[in-house]
Amino acid sequence: MADKKNEAQEEIQFTPSGTGIRTNGQVVPSTELPSPTRKKHKSLGLSEDDVVDMFEQMYLQRRFEERAMQMYQKGKFGGFLHLYMGQEAISTGTVYALNDDDDIITAYRDHGWGLVRGVSPKAGMAELYGKVTGCSRGKGGSMHFANAEEHFWGGHGIVGGSIPLGGGIAFANKYKQNGRVTASFMGDGAVDQGVLHETLNMSQNWGLPCIFAIENNGYAMGTAVHRHSVGELVDRAKGYGMKSMVLNGMDVFTVYEKMKEVAEDVRENSNPWLVEIRTYRYRGHSMSDPMKYRTKEELQEYEKLDPVERIKNYLLNEDIIDEDKIGEIEDSVEDTVMEAIDFAEESDFPDKSDLYRDVFVEDDYPFHT
Amino acid sequence: MAELQFREAIRAAIDEEMAQDENIFVMGEEVAEYNGAYKVTEGLLDKYGPKRMIDTPIAELGFAGIGVGAAMNGLRPIIEFMTFNFAVLAADQIINHASKIRYMTGGQIKIPIVFRGPNASAGQLSATHSVAYDSMYAHFPGMKVIYTSEPEDAKGLLKSAIRDENPVLFMESEQMYGLKGEVTDEEDFTIPIGKAKVKREGSDVTVVAHGKMYHVATQAAKQLEKDGVEMEIIDPRTVKPLDIETIITSIKKTNRCVIVDEAHPFGGLAAEVGYLIQREAFDYLDAPVQRVTLPDTSAPFAKNLFDEWLPSANEVIDAVNTVTYRK
Repeated sequence: MADKKNEAQEEIQFTPSGTGIRTNGQVVPSTELPSPTRKKHKSLGLSEDDVVDMFEQMYLQRRFEERAMQMYQKGKFGGFLHLYMGQEAISTGTVYALNDDDDIITAYRDHGWGLVRGVSPKAGMAELYGKVTGCSRGKGGSMHFANAEEHFWGGHGIVGGSIPLGGGIAFANKYKQNGRVTASFMGDGAVDQGVLHETLNMSQNWGLPCIFAIENNGYAMGTAVHRHSVGELVDRAKGYGMKSMVLNGMDVFTVYEKMKEVAEDVRENSNPWLVEIRTYRYRGHSMSDPMKYRTKEELQEYEKLDPVERIKNYLLNEDIIDEDKIGEIEDSVEDTVMEAIDFAEESDFPDKSDLYRDVFVEDDYPFHT
Repeated sequence: MAELQFREAIRAAIDEEMAQDENIFVMGEEVAEYNGAYKVTEGLLDKYGPKRMIDTPIAELGFAGIGVGAAMNGLRPIIEFMTFNFAVLAADQIINHASKIRYMTGGQIKIPIVFRGPNASAGQLSATHSVAYDSMYAHFPGMKVIYTSEPEDAKGLLKSAIRDENPVLFMESEQMYGLKGEVTDEEDFTIPIGKAKVKREGSDVTVVAHGKMYHVATQAAKQLEKDGVEMEIIDPRTVKPLDIETIITSIKKTNRCVIVDEAHPFGGLAAEVGYLIQREAFDYLDAPVQRVTLPDTSAPFAKNLFDEWLPSANEVIDAVNTVTYRK
């Protein structure tokens, strides 16, 4: 027995660590992107104006966050700031694919979603600043953008928490037979939460008209997807007999084309889908993230595929608009964002009485003291 | 007046409300085909059909969340838990979502949802099936908590809960479902949330007791009456918002108080009411406030240990004797 103790024992590893794992140190993207659609805008049913608008929407999300990041770094506001940069094709393509009264809910990386679903840049920036003019009256902050009137049910801060809420929104739509489709978005990290299993099981069993969409950006905070989850994420659908699809989330046309197909099927057949949209997050999980878990080279690979640059190049290559017009749009978006910052800075903080506002619907609730 | 079992009173409340608002539905384990694990929802599947009476898998977190989402989007769900002991699995949706989404979205969303089911112990079921959760949920802002003791209170308060525009937790007891009581025939009878009731008048000591413990207190009152001690029993009925005024008014008359609560002692209703009494009625007290609660240990299975664990009428009598200096 004593001899055995002296033998060199194989080191136990529960989860392999290091950025070079699986790849012998070579740079391999954390997710593999399926091919983008080859279709051009006309065959997708998009007008030239639509494509210009898509670019503008995506550039707005990008510029809004770049400026928000600067303001955060200057100490203009606190809290968490999870940036969506790199993923803008998903929000934009999805909103284009869905009807205006279809419902969308997501997790905490929600700025882009708010901006494409009716949260004005002013109301969004003011929310980041915690001002009463913010979309959530300064009570929610970065993680809780919402515009319920336009069927954007919010950013939600608990990983996985919004998954069954999306199922419930879809349940209500089916109950009311109003024909609306719900898109319940989550990150790749949320796939590991038990509530996904519970929700997918009930959704398939009950035929809920809901698209459960994973924005797989390669990392659950700092844990690469192949380190936190076994197999392919989309394969979770198999266990439920659920329709599923993997698609390229770096190309807005692909997101638009595929999400439209999926939404039409959901609307027609009242059945759920599990969709894995592969994408990449350019910034850290939040502002305090030094990003030591991934290589610079990997980031650079994805920056070559930048969805905003891609749609811009499409506009130029297809002669839809020229460089001057691009410059005009970019300047106009920049002005909008800077106006939003001025608006946020000049707005008031919530009144002290807002501390108790909107805890309950009624305003005469006898709070405990 | 009609004499109804507790379960019949709850069923009547659900039935009457479902009949007048088609956005109300019931979702939970065994609520439809099985007719309710405790027969509370018996007959409602036949009456309202499978669209409005929905059996779920054993997935508390998932169906609680689907309920919250449905409430956000315009429906009025009644989510039944087979017991609040199992609702612990759904705590993220109750505590993090139902109670907070309205606040975090600056009032854009309302969540009119009722989570209901039996609470606390139901005999020898050991530790995980025996916990009273009303005080725990009452800790959190953004939801109302009701735990009634008698059929009429249950009917009137459940109707109010279903009509409320906020999340409400409505708690019952497996051991009280068969309990009979007079229930008014008054049409559309409701009881406002947040109002306690003086259920027995007396001048010697105020006893605060709700849910199953109300019945333990009444047993003690009958014994003490023989000795000439008159208990005033106050049933808070609603735990949050708590009607402390009714309790304080009584203490100003009796100058003594015992709180009987089927929660553990740390941070429960008994602790909270005790604090409020010293703040609001310090000068009126003739003795330190006493409490009868579960001990700071989990429910045992063995009959002798279980009987030792659960608050009893004798413990209430001892506490009353202490505050009245009768021993």
